[in-house]
Amino acid sequence: MTIEIIARVKTVLKTQAELNQDVNGLDIDADLFAAGMSSRATVGVMLGLESEFDLEFPDSMLRRDVFESIRAIGNAISSLQT
Amino acid sequence: MNPANQDNASQTDVDARIAEIDRIGREIARMHANDVDEKSRFPIEAITALKAAGIFSAPIPAEYGGVGADPIELARGCAALGQHCSATAAVVAMHHTQILSAVHHAKNSPQLQDYLRRAAKENRLIASVTSEVGPGGDMRSNSCAVEIDGDSYTLTKKATTVSYGNYADDLMITARKNSEAASGDQVLVIAEKGQFELQDQGAWDTLGMRGTCSPPATVVANGAAWQVMTTPFADIATYTMVPTSHIFWSAWWFGLASDAVNKARELFRAKGRSNPGTTPMGAHRVADLSAELQKMEYEVFGLAREYAEALAADDSQKLASLAFSLRINTLKLNSSRAVVAIVSEALSVCGIQAYKNNGPFSLGRHLRDAHSSVMMIHNDRIQLTNAALLLVHKGN
Repeated sequence: MTIEIIARVKTVLKTQAELNQDVNGLDIDADLFAAGMSSRATVGVMLGLESEFDLEFPDSMLRRDVFESIRAIGNAISSLQT
Repeated sequence: MNPANQDNASQTDVDARIAEIDRIGREIARMHANDVDEKSRFPIEAITALKAAGIFSAPIPAEYGGVGADPIELARGCAALGQHCSATAAVVAMHHTQILSAVHHAKNSPQLQDYLRRAAKENRLIASVTSEVGPGGDMRSNSCAVEIDGDSYTLTKKATTVSYGNYADDLMITARKNSEAASGDQVLVIAEKGQFELQDQGAWDTLGMRGTCSPPATVVANGAAWQVMTTPFADIATYTMVPTSHIFWSAWWFGLASDAVNKARELFRAKGRSNPGTTPMGAHRVADLSAELQKMEYEVFGLAREYAEALAADDSQKLASLAFSLRINTLKLNSSRAVVAIVSEALSVCGIQAYKNNGPFSLGRHLRDAHSSVMMIHNDRIQLTNAALLLVHKGN
């Protein structure tokens, strides 16, 4: 997972996650759901990431824990890019 | 999360328990159903009999003193009661969902396990307080928050409806996990009788489901910190509350629809006997009703089986998958539409005999009760959720 991926993940979270705080102030291991991301907003995040990284998450990755933190999302994206 | 406990559940035992539920439904719930509906009163006779028969502890595993009935058996019980009295079936369905929410997430809490032992021994009836003024029917959002101070908690919640709260032993209440938490960062709190005050904020005077006695109410609760369950409510909802509520409600609606179809069949059998050799006008529609009912039955018990098997295999990956969420949500959409359609068609095919409020074929109460299915977690909300999920989900 690169710094570039993290930056692009944050861009998507900023527009889609409906966080109750600035995404740049969040630790990469911070719980995004605790930071205000709802189940409904998660779908927007998934779609935003698919668009940003031009990839498709397989159904097996469409789980709450895959999207629970910036690190978890970054790892998921890295695994799909290799 | 505990897998479904089927160790002691031989099929004969299961069938005997279902027969007893059906007997209570037929001999007690059905007898009072019209009065319960007319007076908008709690079905106290049936609930008392079910409590005495140990039905409320059935979902609790044997190791805590219950029966460990699996979701298929519990769904069969809801279906059996749904034929006789919707209010009774609804109370049992909601209770089962609440108690399973504790059962499935008690693994790491000795105090919660002690609670389950008490609940089993005393056959405690649990009601839920999930809706809230503000977030409304969005179960996954709260504005009220638990306040924990050392070993104790306090919580005040203004609920838009609390079903049978005044008749329940305990309440299970959703809230934000603390006053700083996001609206979706929720916990589930078990408040025991004597630890909460329920102030009704209005009357319960509705088209149907009048016996559930579900007025808006303010709940003020306090107790020990362990009563705030440690599993995040997001997980309890995913693994337990959403699937079980949709399965048990759908089973009750199947029971309600079966009773309407049975009345139509009975009426047409009488018509057939009065003129042997001639198929009565409208009889083909009764055959269609049976066909629709069969589809409903297969979907309800198919999903109940799927859920029971995933629980027994401890397949949390499956239970947390979007595919399973979609299927469970779709069950609720399909069965709520089916019960309204089936009861309406039965009313139409039976004609004046069903339209009358005072005859053996009357279907007015069935029709009014059936329409509640659409708004128990409104279908519009579920459709919107499924529409969003389908934008990211790829498989079938």
